[in-house]
Amino acid sequence: MSTTESHVHGIGQSIKRKEDDRFIRGKGTYVDDISLPGMLHMAILRSPLAHAKLVSIDTTAAAALDGVVAVITGADLAAHNLAWMPTLSGDTQAVFVTDKVRFQGQEVAAVVAESAYVAYDALDLIEVEYDPLDVIVDPRKALEAGAPLIRDEKEDQTDNRCYHWESGDKGATDAAFAKAAVVVSLDTHYPRCHPAPLETCGIVADVNPATGKATLHLTSQAPHAHRTLFAIVAGLPEQNIQIKTPDIGGGFGNKVPIYPGYVAATAASLLIGRPVKWIESRSENLISTGFARDFHMSGDLALDNDGKMLALRVKLVSDNGAFFADAQPTKFRAGLFHIVTGSYDMPVAHIEADGAYTNKAPGGVAYRCSFRVTEASYLIERLVQNAAYELGTDPAALRFKNFIKPEQFPYKSATGFEYDSGDYPRALELALEQLGYNQLRQEQKKLREEGKLLGIGIASFTEVVGAGKSKEYDIAGLKMFDSAELRVHPTGKAILKIGVQTQGQGHETTFAQIVASELGIPSEDVVVQYGDTDNVPYGLGTYASRSTPVAGAATAVIARKLREKGRTLAAHLLEVSEEDLEWETDHFSVKGAPDKKVSIQDVAFAAYTNMPDGMEPGLEGVHYYDPPNMTYPFGSYLVAVEVDEGTGEWKVRRMVAVDDCGVRINPMIVEGQIHGGLTEGYAIAAMQLIDFDEEGNCIGGNFTDYLIPTAWETPHFETHETVTPSPHHPIGAKGVGESATVGSPAAYVNAVVDAVRHLGVTNIDMPVTSAKVWQAIQDAKT
Amino acid sequence: MDINVTVNSKPTSADVEPRRLLVHWLRDDLRLTATHVGCDTTSCGACTVLVDGTPIKSCTLLAVQANGREVTTVEGLATNGQLHPIQAAFKEEHGLQCGFCTPGMMMVTAALLEKNEDPSEEDIRWAISGNICRCTGYQNIVKSVELAAGQIKAERADATTA
Ligand code: FES
Ligand code: FES
Repeated sequence: MSTTESHVHGIGQSIKRKEDDRFIRGKGTYVDDISLPGMLHMAILRSPLAHAKLVSIDTTAAAALDGVVAVITGADLAAHNLAWMPTLSGDTQAVFVTDKVRFQGQEVAAVVAESAYVAYDALDLIEVEYDPLDVIVDPRKALEAGAPLIRDEKEDQTDNRCYHWESGDKGATDAAFAKAAVVVSLDTHYPRCHPAPLETCGIVADVNPATGKATLHLTSQAPHAHRTLFAIVAGLPEQNIQIKTPDIGGGFGNKVPIYPGYVAATAASLLIGRPVKWIESRSENLISTGFARDFHMSGDLALDNDGKMLALRVKLVSDNGAFFADAQPTKFRAGLFHIVTGSYDMPVAHIEADGAYTNKAPGGVAYRCSFRVTEASYLIERLVQNAAYELGTDPAALRFKNFIKPEQFPYKSATGFEYDSGDYPRALELALEQLGYNQLRQEQKKLREEGKLLGIGIASFTEVVGAGKSKEYDIAGLKMFDSAELRVHPTGKAILKIGVQTQGQGHETTFAQIVASELGIPSEDVVVQYGDTDNVPYGLGTYASRSTPVAGAATAVIARKLREKGRTLAAHLLEVSEEDLEWETDHFSVKGAPDKKVSIQDVAFAAYTNMPDGMEPGLEGVHYYDPPNMTYPFGSYLVAVEVDEGTGEWKVRRMVAVDDCGVRINPMIVEGQIHGGLTEGYAIAAMQLIDFDEEGNCIGGNFTDYLIPTAWETPHFETHETVTPSPHHPIGAKGVGESATVGSPAAYVNAVVDAVRHLGVTNIDMPVTSAKVWQAIQDAKT
Repeated sequence: MDINVTVNSKPTSADVEPRRLLVHWLRDDLRLTATHVGCDTTSCGACTVLVDGTPIKSCTLLAVQANGREVTTVEGLATNGQLHPIQAAFKEEHGLQCGFCTPGMMMVTAALLEKNEDPSEEDIRWAISGNICRCTGYQNIVKSVELAAGQIKAERADATTA
């Protein structure tokens, strides 16, 4: 019996999700659903200005309002040494302003009151005097000499540079460019956007004055890492901090950092001795918490006359906002951007990145992306498309010519990655076939003659996900491994505890399926637990598509270890030697005598009731998995769009996605992840934008300005798959949560540009609004 | 102010502050936390409930405006512990991921299927276009609504022939 048909409902089966039973009944427990006896409510006062000296704060009237329990300012926090906190990128960030405001929406003070309504009323009574300073919102201007210094509190900081980082070989790259027949360039801004999970961030902080135990119910994608950081920031003993992450209403990277509100609510609970709830409003979420992207990129691609790629050069300036709070591995200041050579056999490459402080919100989170892989993928896929135009070749043909070939894996990239496996031509071939590419190209030609615009965009992305290995990858010093603890009970049912955190990905189902396949316990008999630091083993959390690659591997390994112990028990029960046994789906049987068998349930019972002499009782274990390498999911996305020349409006006619994420644990869930990612890719390409005016006012601070596609705009997706297992992952899985957000924006933009390039348009930066398309056409005409 | 509202078929009286939003009354006072809050500009629909059968964003209605009316939330969808066909369909078609938008989506679906027992994909996409989902890309939500529609229609047909 193959695993896919197996009654244990393991890997490869689209079983329905366990978590849904509570969600469809409205019985999920999100942080805002938690209400504790005596609980107070906190609201935060934020700065209306982007850059200003704090002259004075008067909280008298607010404190006097009926129902107000406390008003907290930066000075109060400073008195407890809590005015500043470390960021995930080794910088510091103000919890509340003490000296000056550095971005609009920055936290200035908080009110703690008996009800949320009263807390908000009291905010209006706080009087703050500001002294405005010059504002910088453009990172390139921020890096110019004489720009107003944003981080004046930092010793040795004399300008607005927050990092300089290089990757690759500059000398060899320059030499390759000198010899190149063709050089194609693209200057583009990957604009600032925001993950905007439907649930905003929040906390219920419950510090027990009698025991000193701090129970923090937190919207956290990384509960253990947050506990450690809380211990460091607040000086609380780590064993007294319990982070409980209940159901999470989407994360997408936004719930990776620690926010000032969390710290303030915890401090308030500690000082007042009652639980304190703080739930962000949508506009607070959009203006102050982890944004994404904001990379200004210049890419040059060198090719020979035949279209063979010779070298890639990228210079980029990242806008990191007022504090360098990117969530990414310590060594890599621009994340994993150096995956920018993408799916191509690129002999040499060089990347130079400079980060700038600006008067904008900090964050730089990996929004459904493995640390800046999205920006990299976008740049290379746009460049390749332009190179095809320049050479007069078909964009698909140019890709086939330059793809890393299946036999080249494991492939060492020019910037030092070791790609684990891939079959790029197969994925693109399948996508072309499904779209009917050749016919569509002909139709495009015909329509053009009739004055109608049809465009086809391709993106053949390669991602890198599943960090670590721990030697190279850490977050704020914490090595990037992950864990799984499996407890098999005497009756053969099990609990799996994992260090990663679901935010909708369906871990309760898929991780049980891994156990089912590895240990033969039906997935319905396996309860998956996570999100409680008192209960589950240490892990780094869920982001950068690392759950399946790392914690999934840990789960497979621990299940296999228990199965090996089970073999000894089975031999004891059947009175044969271990070598005489074989494992099949859910039981051990004697080789050549398949009727002599014991089920995993029998084995589990024996582990507690009838173990051989000298054997350690029980069937439980924990494994910490340190991945030997990352995984490299890939795929090809094709988009066909129709553009209205008169209005610039564009509409997706077809969207064909071929994804290869290795072995699929639950195909239904994988497909759902891809739909979600393709939608966010479309959203970024078409509308999502966090913009700022010259004074640093955030434009995009609510859902009427920050546009999110509804069911009405969102295209219909046609999804397909190829399967190239990861050779180093125990079950061959690669991770999929982010592929589509990483890969698809370039496909949409390439499609629109493809529709209008014969009119002279070479680039349109995201978000590709109708107004921009129309303008680009007008500019090209003149 | 005193109000009398039928919440999920149960007559409920309360004394509420006139400015209290319906969603806060439901969530915080009645502890019916299925209804969520996802925005502050009436944009996301996570808070959708039925007021006299019409889908309403409960973040934009005062509790006092519900006086004398009938409010239905997701907690009122299942009958006698039996899942409503819409609930079953969302699970069956993987119409939810994080679940945060789901209650609102199911309530607009309930209202749609009440008016239109055989909606086209376009009808469905239009009907749910006041509700944002950040996870699913809507495609499986559309499929869930289609499945629920078929189920309800079949049940009705059974009921009339029986
Ligand atoms: S919370 Fe009511 S529409 Fe968003
Ligand atoms: S399922 Fe997460 S917002 Fe819809």
